[in-house]
Parts: sequence; structure tokens; C-alpha cells
Amino acid sequence: MSEYGIYLYAVTPDVSGNATAGTTPDEATGTTAGAGPGTRPERAADVSRDTRRGTGPGPGGGTARLHGVLGGPVRPIRHAGLVAHVGEVPLDQFGEGPLRRLLEDLDWVEGVARAHHHVVEALAAAGPVAPVRLVTVYTGEDQIRDLLDRRRDDFADLLARVAGRHEWGVKAYVTRAAPPAPPAVPASGRGSASPGTAYLQRRKASLRSREDVWRAAAERAERLHAALGEIAVAGRRHRPQDPQLSGRSDVMVLNGAYLVDPDRDGEFAAALDAFRGEGMDVELTGPWAPYSFTSLDLGSDRGGGTR
Amino acid sequence: MTDPRSRPVMRESYAPPAPMGGRESTNLGDILERVLDRGVVIAGDIRVNLLDIELLTIKLRLVIASVDTARELGIDWWEHDPWLSGRDRELKDENRRLRERLAAVEERLVEREAVEAGDHAPDEAAAQRRRGTERRRE
Repeated sequence: MSEYGIYLYAVTPDVSGNATAGTTPDEATGTTAGAGPGTRPERAADVSRDTRRGTGPGPGGGTARLHGVLGGPVRPIRHAGLVAHVGEVPLDQFGEGPLRRLLEDLDWVEGVARAHHHVVEALAAAGPVAPVRLVTVYTGEDQIRDLLDRRRDDFADLLARVAGRHEWGVKAYVTRAAPPAPPAVPASGRGSASPGTAYLQRRKASLRSREDVWRAAAERAERLHAALGEIAVAGRRHRPQDPQLSGRSDVMVLNGAYLVDPDRDGEFAAALDAFRGEGMDVELTGPWAPYSFTSLDLGSDRGGGTR
Repeated sequence: MTDPRSRPVMRESYAPPAPMGGRESTNLGDILERVLDRGVVIAGDIRVNLLDIELLTIKLRLVIASVDTARELGIDWWEHDPWLSGRDRELKDENRRLRERLAAVEERLVEREAVEAGDHAPDEAAAQRRRGTERRRE
């Protein structure tokens, strides 16, 4: 048993020659325009080839060699019209036992997550990419070739779907900045209530108004999601984030992801702006690699359709 | 497809980067939820239990901000999550403590009433009420 495993970052189409998947995005040649021979059709493949050679910037210009987890180099495995982007990782960290322990270590997880993300983003800059979930590790290259053989159609469909598009993240929060004025408790009625009763009434009223604010914000978030979904090719709602991760104390009411054609970015941003204010704050992140739109579960035998 | 300005600047190797406060597009939470929860899920040869990933995301607090808020928004998936249902026990404990205190208060109340009424057999009455209270407590 070798002491290294093969870490799989992502899969991209192989546009270098024979078995073309036909998903070359128009802009694949655009990102490094101006660099002389940068208009060659195998633009996306350059990234991989550069990393293998370990040279400096390739002929395309900006594609420095890629480094992944633990700073290790990333290299391509070409097979079945696809390219698997992999790197070697030591099994004393990525073996089953060590992983179980290290996944509890937030610093370690953060390092791996950022390195993984870095590779995915670099590949996304060059063409369509299907990111693979964190810490997917194989014992050898043959297993990866086998995977590409078995799942080539799934990958091809998925890559065709995201080609030339990117993902925007949209998070909406209820802002506490605009709390509704605490409704004055009617001092009239059955004479002067006792201080205790008055307190309870105030408390009840304040709770109710806070509930109203949340409910209104949730409805607005619903409408925002629908509006963005009309412009996007696809939209997904994710679980709201905890304040520790969002970095804000405000309550998140929408954590959405949208697959957008770049020429509709302006429209998308405008739709978003229309929902700012009125007790709701909206945050835009991205563009991201299409993480949310390459969900493909190959772990089970359910046929692995996109979800 | 890419806007270089907003493309996150990444380190060459894995070194603990900016603290969680560093937001923008490289917010750790945003990255974690993407690399852990999305994309292509394949079982590699090194088996990382799916459960581990789920536990991890819970530990990393990729969960809803506050239980009350979430419930008001109609989100209550964790109520069926055995991992998070430990709350139940706390509620039961608190309930029990409150019942005990209530019983103690009632008892003292009974004693005082008995004294004030000049009852001839206050102890007997109090004892009876106490027994009733205890039965209710079961």
C-alpha cells in the first residue's frame, strides 16, 4: 500500500483533441486574450498542461502552475473525453483514521477547504468545471480512470449545463436597525394596569412586532428568490448560515445560489437592488465556480442523476 | 465568466488564512458550505463517512442561527435530528424543577392558611394537601 493517496479536486472536459465534449465555453479563450497564441482551442487544457510541466506562466499568459492541498502540485488525468484534476496527498493525513480525527480540527479543515477551493476557482476561470466534494481520495489513478469511464455521460451533461455560466451567492438578512416603534400600550381601558401587567403587555407587543418583522422579511426573501430565479438559469436555496459563519449578527432569511449567464449579470444585480432596504439587507457574493449546480451523487447506486 | 477583481486571492499552500471575520467572497462559511455540501459527491477509496461530514457541518455551526427564529420561519428540521434533540431533556429537567418548587410553595401556603384559620388540626390538613400535591407530581 502506497503512503500516498490521489486527491480528486474536479473534473473538466478534455478539449485538447479527439474526444471533445463540445462544451468549450466561448470565453475560455477570452480570459487571457492578448497573449499571442491564446486563441488555440485547447485553452482549458493549458492549465493542466502547465501544471504538469511545472513551468511558469504558460503560453496562455496567466495560468501559473496550480497548487492544491498542502501546497502539492495539481496534475491532470485525461480519460474518456474528460480531465480529472488530482494531486498526491499523504495518507498519514488523508487516510481513513487520520481523516476522521483531522476533520474535527477547524484549522486543518479550513486549510484544506481553501486550497481545494483555490484549485476549483482556477479551473473555473479556464472553462466549465465540476467540483468534487472535499477530501475525495483514491488509492490509485486507475480507480479515477474507471470512474471517468463509468460516469462520462453524467459528467458531460453536467459540464454542458454550467458551461459559460457562473454562480452568484445571495444572502438576505433581517436588519435590526429598523425595529418597528414599540407600539404604545393603550393606557386607557380598564384603568391603570399594575406595573407587572403593563410590563407583560409591552413584552407581548414587542414579541409580536418582532415576529411580524421576521415574517415580513421571510416573505420578501421568498419574492426575492423568485425574482432572481426568473433571470437565472437555475436557482437553489441553501440552509441559512449561523451568525458565526456569516460574520453578522442579523438573522439570515435567504441563502441562495443562482446560475447566471454573464450577459444577464446586470439585470440580475438590478433585480437584487430592488429588494434592498425596508428592514432587509442583501449581500451578493461571487462569481463562484458552479458549486451549487453540479450536484451529482455518485455515492449510491441510484443512477446518479443531477438533482 | 470571471471577474478578476472579485476572484478570491488564494494562498499557494495551506496556511491558516484570514480569520473568520475576513468576509467578502472568501468568507470561510461560504467556502465551507460549497466544498462540503455541494458539487459532485463520490465515494472515494478512502471512506469518509457521510455522517462525519454531517457532524462536521453541525460542529462548524452551519446551522440555523437561533432555534426560536427558525421555528418562527417554519424551519424545524433539527427537531427530528437526534443529535440536536438534547434540548428535550433540558426542558424536562426544568419542568421537573419548576413542579417541585410549585409544590413547595403550595405546601407553605397551606400551612399558612391553616394557621390563619385557626384550624384545630392544621397538621392533618397540611399533610393531606401535601399528599395530594405529591400525587400530582408523579
